Amino acid sequence: MNILEVKHLKKYYATQKAVDDISFSVEQGSIFGLLGPNGAGKTTLLRMVTGIFFQDEGEILLDGKKFDPENDVTRIGYMPEERGLYKKMKIGEQAIYLARLKGLTKADATSRVKDWFIKFGMESWWNKKVEDLSKGMSQKLQFVTTVLHEPRLIILDEPFSGLDPVNANLIKDEIYQLAKKGCSIIFSTHRMEQVEEICDHIILVNKGQKILDGGVAEVKQQFKENLFLLGLEEIPENKASGFFEVIGHKNGGLVVKINEGYKPNDVLKFFIQQNINITAFNEMLPSLNDIFIRLVEGTTVSRQFQTINSN
Amino acid sequence: MKLMNKILLIIQREYLTRVRKRSFLLTTILVPIVIIGFYAAIIAVAVSDTSEKVRIAVIDEASLFDGNIAPENKESIAYDLIRNETVESFKKKYQEVGYSALLYVPPLNINKPEKIVLYSRSAVSLGVKGKIENRVDKAIEQKRLSSENIDPQKYESINSNINIANTLDSGDGEKKSVEGVAYAVAFAAGILIYMILLIYGSMVMRGVMEEKTNRISEVIISSVKPFQLMMGKIIGIGAVGITQFIIWIVLIGLLQFTIPLLFPSIAGQIPQTGAEGVPMVKEANMIAKITEGLQSIPVGLLLFCFLFYFLGGYLMYASLFAAIGSVSEDQQEAQQLVFPVMMPIILGFVMLTKAIQDPNSGLALFGSLFPLTSPIVMLGRIPFGVPASQIILSMVLLILFFLFCTWLAGRIYRTGILMYGKKGSWKEMMKWALKRS
Repeated sequence: MNILEVKHLKKYYATQKAVDDISFSVEQGSIFGLLGPNGAGKTTLLRMVTGIFFQDEGEILLDGKKFDPENDVTRIGYMPEERGLYKKMKIGEQAIYLARLKGLTKADATSRVKDWFIKFGMESWWNKKVEDLSKGMSQKLQFVTTVLHEPRLIILDEPFSGLDPVNANLIKDEIYQLAKKGCSIIFSTHRMEQVEEICDHIILVNKGQKILDGGVAEVKQQFKENLFLLGLEEIPENKASGFFEVIGHKNGGLVVKINEGYKPNDVLKFFIQQNINITAFNEMLPSLNDIFIRLVEGTTVSRQFQTINSN
Repeated sequence: MKLMNKILLIIQREYLTRVRKRSFLLTTILVPIVIIGFYAAIIAVAVSDTSEKVRIAVIDEASLFDGNIAPENKESIAYDLIRNETVESFKKKYQEVGYSALLYVPPLNINKPEKIVLYSRSAVSLGVKGKIENRVDKAIEQKRLSSENIDPQKYESINSNINIANTLDSGDGEKKSVEGVAYAVAFAAGILIYMILLIYGSMVMRGVMEEKTNRISEVIISSVKPFQLMMGKIIGIGAVGITQFIIWIVLIGLLQFTIPLLFPSIAGQIPQTGAEGVPMVKEANMIAKITEGLQSIPVGLLLFCFLFYFLGGYLMYASLFAAIGSVSEDQQEAQQLVFPVMMPIILGFVMLTKAIQDPNSGLALFGSLFPLTSPIVMLGRIPFGVPASQIILSMVLLILFFLFCTWLAGRIYRTGILMYGKKGSWKEMMKWALKRS
């Protein structure tokens, strides 16, 4: 069951095709990574999904029905990249206000804010103002206000920027919890190591177009280069063979690339026959970071302005 | 219904956060106190001036006063004729004997009086000097009358001092106009609108900028439409303005009653002057004139127009101020952009001063029809009587232009609040406003 389906979405600005025919779907209860370099069109894409912008073309389906921003905003929780709170407003009051804007009643909003504040150890903040909070604290508060109304779809744009590892973990755990409860999470970032850890499924966007779509493990398999890390007790003089090539050293072992048509066993046999003890043998899958760089590299780093002939 | 609820929620927040601020409480209470304080200070000065007894020694070598200076009505100056002393000798000691000044009238030609001198250690107040001059003038007048053999009583009856009443012929019967009162009411109403537009307009601008610099706009926009957020803010701040004005009016009204308590002397003075006859008539005349003047002003129409132009003008300008706020990220940037919005307000004020002097001039007519200036200028014209057709035309124009401004501002606003790190310009804003959506 897909909570969100995006079909051939397009949004053109005067000088850029910000989103150029992107389709993807997000499965219920999954954590979905939206990756891309700066200026790839992630924010524009998210703004369409959250109903802030209206697409030029294409279709957005929420729970199988056409997305209706007016009513569906209550089912979405969006934490934008450029985020903040009213500095001079009391924290408890502010959280209740934001929840009520999402359609909660006053009583409902109050009790939920209280629950979350207890959960995150923020009870003493109630009558403080946001300007009294540290950056990490206000990020925590921001996260709470995003999920207060129990949205089915949570969209987080760079949620960990400005958070120390402790607070980042706290939020990360919360994201897992929410996913377990059946919420779906879209997680937009250009920090690959976080995605690798959290996400089930990713798409990679560059220059307004989708250039990669798949499960994290699947994508890694797809981009593997038959690299293995080989640990040996002694390094033999003669490493030359037709099966593999040594392309580097890492952690005291060899990085070998197995040639086309051969199997890992052939490599192992080669060393066993020479009576060399093997201490480790691991497949080296590319990190998402490597894949990302490989795909995005070569294209011009910053987007160039172009003229769009809008019909 | 849901939409209305959200706007109400926004209005409530905007209103409450502002009304609860300490600065709101301070200005709301301090302004009437300062105004009444000024008022009281002016009265205090006036009261202290009249209660001051001044004794003047007079050496009258011209026999101008015929050996007897009777004090004038309500005169606070006592004159004493000094005989058997010369100016030279008395000049040195008049203070020791208890006089504050010495008036010396040398022998003079009654038709060409010259060289009358008032000696004093410190400068004599203008009021006292004026009274002495009056007294001397009167004495000289008397002398001249008798030298021409004119009966002073006859002279008094010939002397003319009239007021011309201006009667307006404005179709629905004749109305008396009392320029002074109309002038004051018109000016006050115009200035009030002018102040409201400037003060609360820029409050809206700062509020929008605050949301932008605090980066909360996008968070809110994911729950409500930009237009709702803008209108909620404008209406909320408008309500703050109305609250503040009502409190001001009530406080000033109440504080006014404390003035007679602070200065019992003026309260006592009224019957006093009444007892003396002439001033009583004068004062009664004045009061009658003012009430007559107020009656000549169409109060109902004025109130209705004040409310209408206040609402129309505020909503129109507030949306323009909101648009400016949405594209500026700091005070300086806003100040540069806001000039074209402030200009017509200031222009309206200038036109108001002209319209009061000449309510039917072409400039006044233009100013009261042109929507950007009409809220200020039209109010200045109402007390002098304006044809209904002009008022209706002006109101229709204002409504149309208000709708246009809000539409335009809404389009600029929804793009502006989501723009970061980009300097706003009028060219850019027009592009956003006019692009297809």
